[in-house]
Amino acid sequence: MDATAPTRPQTAAPDHSPAAELWAGVRGLAPLLVGVAPFGVIYGVVAIASGIPAPAAMAMSSILFAGSAQFLLAQLFALGAPGLVMVASIALVNLRHALYSASMAPHLGHLPRRWKVVLAYLLTDEAYASAILRFSGQRASRGAANRHWYLLGTGLSLWLGWQISTAIGILLGAQIPKDLPLDFALPVTFIAITVPMIRSRAAVAAAAVAAGVALLCAGWPYKLGMMAASLAGIAVGSLAARGRTA
Amino acid sequence: MSFWLVMVLAGAVTFATRLSFIAAEGRFEAPRWFRAMLPFVPIATLTALVAPELARPGGAWDVSVRNGRLVAGCAAIAIAAISRNVLLTIAGGFAVLWLVH
Repeated sequence: MDATAPTRPQTAAPDHSPAAELWAGVRGLAPLLVGVAPFGVIYGVVAIASGIPAPAAMAMSSILFAGSAQFLLAQLFALGAPGLVMVASIALVNLRHALYSASMAPHLGHLPRRWKVVLAYLLTDEAYASAILRFSGQRASRGAANRHWYLLGTGLSLWLGWQISTAIGILLGAQIPKDLPLDFALPVTFIAITVPMIRSRAAVAAAAVAAGVALLCAGWPYKLGMMAASLAGIAVGSLAARGRTA
Repeated sequence: MSFWLVMVLAGAVTFATRLSFIAAEGRFEAPRWFRAMLPFVPIATLTALVAPELARPGGAWDVSVRNGRLVAGCAAIAIAAISRNVLLTIAGGFAVLWLVH
């Protein structure tokens, strides 16, 4: 023991073991489940109302595991859209996940392939947002070696919450009152995740441009306006950040 | 095409999208401008998802105090900015939506 040890605070060194990181991820995501669960329930209700058989509606939650895409697929099914149109629509709506993949890639590059496959499967809006906040925050360097366990924790708890809530929606079906504004749960959850991230002028610019373009282009098909808005916000944010440091 | 096949294909495309850059990491050097854009991915993408839900619910513009979602969304933004607390923001947003309904 070195002589300075007794003068240090008595708190133990932060625990960054795999189990501790996994648990931290589960806890980090838990508050978001308050918003995700109602969304999962209404997906179940909408899927059954669209005429999708209950086993298929339930399986979709693990095959697709993407909330807004599952709603779209249920709507397209009800409209009797051709199969290829449905697949292409889902591909477009989920394009934003390529952005998440690019954003997460530098943090996961060292992992074996099986890890990359599992974490990519679990890379939803909420798990991504929760993990990237930790990976790129002020204490980003701490526990870096086991941070993939954190993402695994966020992903697994969201996966479980999504399966349970969609099952409840499928089982309850029409018994859920239609006038409950449950679909407000997702926007308000995204607000809760996003607003605390906006800490610089460049971030404000990115959010303002993304919101403006998204509103103007909301009528575009297949949520392409959302993708255009996202790219515009990203471009303006990074240009603003460069202008500040140059 | 059977609906099960549609689901499996849509799931495969979604998974491939999520895996794309993660699998390619290390095999190519992304340009610096590309890396500089990445920190703005969550902010811009999540904002782009939220904004139309508040100001164009159901597709049509509705920027008025009678649009409960817009009022509750703005309240949630204020709560999130002040408290930085996820649970408080979700609960507060729903409380305001319930009040204005």
